[in-house]
Amino acid sequence: MSAAPSPHPPDRRSFFKHAAALVVGALATVVPTLAGLLTLFDPLRRKAGSAAFIQVAALTSVPEDGTPRRFAVVADRADAWNKFPQVPIGAVYLRRIGRLVQALSVTCPHAGCPVAYAAGADTFLCPCHDSRFRLDGTLADPKSPSARAMDALEVELRNETEIWVKYQNFEAGKAKKIPLA
Amino acid sequence: MKALLEWLDHRTGCKKLLHEALYENVPGGSRWRYVWGSTLSFTLVVQFVTGCFLWMAYNPSSQTAWESVYYIQEEMWGGWLLRGLHHYTAQAMNILLVLHLMQVMIDGAYRAPREINFWFGLGLLGLVMALSLTGYLLPWDQKGYWATKVATSIAAITPLVGPELQKLIVGGTEYGHHTLSRFFALHAGVLPAAVVALLVGHIYLFRRHGLTAKEPKRKPDEPFWPEQVLKDGVACLAVLAAVLFLVVKHGAELTAPADPADNYAAARPEWYFLFLFQLLKYFPGESEIIGAMLLPSLVVVLICLMPFFGRWRLGHRFNLGMLGVLLFGIGLLTWQAVRADQSNPEYLRAVHQAEKDAQRVKELARGPAGIPSSGAVTLLRDDPLTQGPKLFARNCASCHRYGGHDGLGGVATNAPSAPDLMHFASREWLAGLLAPEKIATSHYFGGTKHVDGKMAKFVRKDVQAFTPEQRAMLVKGLAALSAEAQLKAQREIDQREAALIKEGRALLAGTELRCTECHQFRKPDEDATAPELTGYGSRAWLISFINNPKHARFYSKRNDRMPAFGDEKILDAHAIGLLADWLRGDWYAPAPTR
Repeated sequence: MSAAPSPHPPDRRSFFKHAAALVVGALATVVPTLAGLLTLFDPLRRKAGSAAFIQVAALTSVPEDGTPRRFAVVADRADAWNKFPQVPIGAVYLRRIGRLVQALSVTCPHAGCPVAYAAGADTFLCPCHDSRFRLDGTLADPKSPSARAMDALEVELRNETEIWVKYQNFEAGKAKKIPLA
Repeated sequence: MKALLEWLDHRTGCKKLLHEALYENVPGGSRWRYVWGSTLSFTLVVQFVTGCFLWMAYNPSSQTAWESVYYIQEEMWGGWLLRGLHHYTAQAMNILLVLHLMQVMIDGAYRAPREINFWFGLGLLGLVMALSLTGYLLPWDQKGYWATKVATSIAAITPLVGPELQKLIVGGTEYGHHTLSRFFALHAGVLPAAVVALLVGHIYLFRRHGLTAKEPKRKPDEPFWPEQVLKDGVACLAVLAAVLFLVVKHGAELTAPADPADNYAAARPEWYFLFLFQLLKYFPGESEIIGAMLLPSLVVVLICLMPFFGRWRLGHRFNLGMLGVLLFGIGLLTWQAVRADQSNPEYLRAVHQAEKDAQRVKELARGPAGIPSSGAVTLLRDDPLTQGPKLFARNCASCHRYGGHDGLGGVATNAPSAPDLMHFASREWLAGLLAPEKIATSHYFGGTKHVDGKMAKFVRKDVQAFTPEQRAMLVKGLAALSAEAQLKAQREIDQREAALIKEGRALLAGTELRCTECHQFRKPDEDATAPELTGYGSRAWLISFINNPKHARFYSKRNDRMPAFGDEKILDAHAIGLLADWLRGDWYAPAPTR
């Protein structure tokens, strides 16, 4: 099937007309699309809140025998136009051996599900894809879907008894622990 | 590449389609008067594109609609441009629709065999108006909220099913989440789908019957591409340029968040509906239905019948005459509506107030506290700068003044009969109260029964006779008294002159200035007969005073006419707090930008 010949043979004037019609048409459609794409890409300039140390628990509220305990992380949260003062933004497992405190993010490094502590089995188990972790957060299973150990968070002991944790999230699915920017 | 195109064409027939689209015959050659249909298709595409992107950021509920639109407009990359394009292209469509209709009428393109296509066009006109109406509510700002409320109230006067119809449109008995959900579903789903369906039919029938050429033909026939496409493209670009000009010059307006409890006096529909709004003014009482429904319906029916009138010998001229009268009538009504508003000072003041509120709420939203989850409307409800003047005008201005006016800038007709409270408890205000030549003026005690009281006598006689040393003591005493108020505006000077204030405080408590002969200051005094000076003008003091000026701490039985606003439950604690904060000049102000 071939196109019927145009009634006018192409010449220089008609080429100009063709080009002009194309350019004008393109210009008119490109403006609204560009404005839309700009707002669509707006999230790219939003950065994850800078990780700050947050007071999570008192030293005495963590068992001394190394049993992990889950604590909510409470901080100010901004959600687009809303600001919520002091709301739960996540959770951490705290473990303590003597005065040594370890903090693990509850977020599974595999795909972001919340990891559960299986008290009877003394392991962490992710309910989504069955990644298993030892109590210190290391992988408990060589065939674990997770590429890395649970994400350890920096801990500071302040004023003798206050446990402060640098709460942050990391890119999921990678063997290397890369903070979300 | 060529092979791929051949394959694609073999499977889809796209070449033929493209050819049909581009090589439509234009009898008599391309002309500028044929561009209107294309500009309308173009604006529709702009609305679909910008609308889809807006959709990705919009949030329809009564606590998030305004907030998300604010976020688009003020925070997101290019959001002002995106929303501006959508806003002004919608308005351009209404103009282009009229131009298209005029061209179709004048060129006789509505007559047989094109009746059905004419009706499709009218259907599209109605759909675009419905899109305008539903879109106007979506930002959930004062303007859209109140204007749409008028429209849905009109639906309620429909015979037989009115109230039920209104409930269905509103999604309940009151405006709320479901009103927005329904309007949004209509605006972004149902109506655009109907537009596409009608438009497909419109263009199909247009192609079936061909273009109605303007006689006499000036040139030989031409294909649509490229001559007419170029003309259409230039026209579209001109429309876009006009829209862009408006976006850059004015921007899409976003008034304050909808507040059902606020008396919003600037409610008007968008300008292209003003003629309907104006029409309603001429139908008193229950005859409203004539102006709101019967007359518009009659006009629509007449327009629909035009293709049939057009068969008569003089039918075409009759139709053109009717269209002319109709457009003139719409123009006249619009002009009357605009003129009435422009010469109505109450309306202009309401518009000014609306602009102030809109600016203020954005200032608060940008503030450190941000927008609470209860929505931006609470920002204004809890803002002393916004509510203070309104409360003052409603409750205080019948006796008091604020800088000579009623708080909102209105000038009261009656003379003031109680003190002017602007800068109350500040050093200047107190200095005036203690000035022999000022205390008996209407600015202070002039209009009250205290004009003959002990205080006025003391000021006019004793203070008048003060020695220079006593005057110096009085200045210190007043600085100390003013510091009791802990005014935001005097924070710096209060800190700087802490020593002087300490001295003044001793003077207030002592016998030199004779304050404690009547007033209580810092220590209990059961014989006090005048308002307590401890914490004078502070938030707590002022709230207690407004609650009940007849309390023993204040004027007791010597109180003039001031009601006990709190104890008599005229105002609630929240309102009294706002009033006190406003009188004390205590509200959030953004740090000045450098």
